[in-house]
Amino acid sequence: MASPAETRTSGRSRASIAARTLRTDRWWIPPLLTTIGLATFVIYAGVRSFMRTGYWDAEHHYLTPFYSPCLSDSCLPGSAHFGTPIGELPGFIPLAFLSLPFLLGFRLTCYYYRKAYYRSIWFSPPACAVAEPHTKYTGETRLPLIVQNAHRYFFYVAFLITLINTYDAIVAFQGGFGLGNLILLGNVVLLWCYTLSCHSCRHVTGGRLKHFSKNPVRYWIWTQVSRLNTRHMQFAWLTLGTLVLTDLYVWLVSTDVISDLRFIN
Amino acid sequence: MGYDAKLRVWRGDDGSGQLQDFTVEANEGEVVLDLIHRLQATQAPDLAVRWNCKAGKCGSCSAEVNGRPRLLCMTRMSVFAEDEVITVTPMRTFPVIRDLVTDVSYNYTKAREVPSFTPPPGLAPGEYRMQQVDVERSQEFRKCIECFLCQNTCHVVRDHEENKPAFSGPRFLMRIAELEMHPLDVADRRDEAQSDHGLGYCNITKCCTEVCPENIHITDNALIPMKERVADRRYDPIVWLGNKLFRRGEN
Ligand code: SF4
Ligand code: SF4
Ligand code: FES
Ligand code: FES
Repeated sequence: MASPAETRTSGRSRASIAARTLRTDRWWIPPLLTTIGLATFVIYAGVRSFMRTGYWDAEHHYLTPFYSPCLSDSCLPGSAHFGTPIGELPGFIPLAFLSLPFLLGFRLTCYYYRKAYYRSIWFSPPACAVAEPHTKYTGETRLPLIVQNAHRYFFYVAFLITLINTYDAIVAFQGGFGLGNLILLGNVVLLWCYTLSCHSCRHVTGGRLKHFSKNPVRYWIWTQVSRLNTRHMQFAWLTLGTLVLTDLYVWLVSTDVISDLRFIN
Repeated sequence: MGYDAKLRVWRGDDGSGQLQDFTVEANEGEVVLDLIHRLQATQAPDLAVRWNCKAGKCGSCSAEVNGRPRLLCMTRMSVFAEDEVITVTPMRTFPVIRDLVTDVSYNYTKAREVPSFTPPPGLAPGEYRMQQVDVERSQEFRKCIECFLCQNTCHVVRDHEENKPAFSGPRFLMRIAELEMHPLDVADRRDEAQSDHGLGYCNITKCCTEVCPENIHITDNALIPMKERVADRRYDPIVWLGNKLFRRGEN
């Protein structure tokens, strides 16, 4: 038998095909749509996080997730569901400065979003069997990308923030029931779907076990998380949509551009 | 019924080669491999193509059709328009021997580098006992027919020949994950997965999953769980501390 080293240097070369790809389909459409989708969200969320208007509808107790938790004296009266342990914040710091960086980190290190931006923004590769433009490639073996391995820590924090968002949605039910409540609630349900379908969640709940038979409860949880996990990409996009929709609705209602559709009172 | 299909086939060897145009009769229900065979029988008797089962089970006929890595025997002619030029080329990532036949020994080398199944000491073959739920998860990976389409498509080596020594490719990282999840395997393969087999090169862009003819969820069920296990071992101070303090690990 040939030794591994011998086999590897068989001396032959690849077929001489100059084209970067021979694909004839429109392979560039998915990366293009991904880039447009991500850019739209980043711009919208970036602008809204710094606006400091239209984030709290005092009449119906609607708080947008982009300002939760609001913990400083700069928050509108009523919007700080957990008190205001922090004094005034200068205008260049978003009111949700405690949650936003972690949520950003959670999505940036998410296995799905990694695939999305590695492909559509970094072109590594832009599509399957389409050559990437870079001459060197080291993947996630070294800094800075090795940091992606910390994804689970962002998951732990995101879990807590989703609890806070859930609390916000429940608090909004005091004083009636309107379309805004449904929107807040729907957003929170999908946020849970996204957060719980995370690959790190799948790993810590049960995936890391070698013997499911010795841990029936964790095995059951792992099974449920695995079922959600197959739709992780869908939840990733759905939640970007519902986050924007929720924020926009609170913005429009609180600035009296539209009025909330009330079902009870 | 039958029509004249336009085929463009790469012909050559490791010295040189080019795409050549042919017109080959196509009949209803045929696959690309049928046309390659007809081409061989009628116009190009020396055309080299590797195949065996013509049933998508032996993994021999891997090639690229219109730039997409596929099994020739599982690519139906009906997915192409009758006037479409169908380009058939050998797998790009491996050295070409002749025409559509490549030298896939890179994969055999990588296969040999994965340490084999390691049962607990003192347990003889025949004494192995496992629970169904414990082996179930890794059974999916055993559907692999070793067509090496995933290895061919993975950009880590497809676009970077120089990464071949450091990177074992999705098929063999999946093999490591399979053994790591095996209820009776006692070897800890997490460090080697990262340092010797190059798991860190994978950026989970899922092309291996996209081309796998057995529809194995390579990325979601093998590579990402393996990355998480490596994180336990190397990048998670809390898990590390927990293992030190409570001597956990064998669960
Ligand atoms: S997911 Fe990883 S192993 Fe699979 S093709 Fe992409 S980079 Fe290669
Ligand atoms: S994992 Fe799938 S694509 Fe890769 S060699 Fe096995 S069957 Fe082929
Ligand atoms: S949030 Fe996407 S994988 Fe964790
Ligand atoms: S000939 Fe066996 S898989 Fe195609």
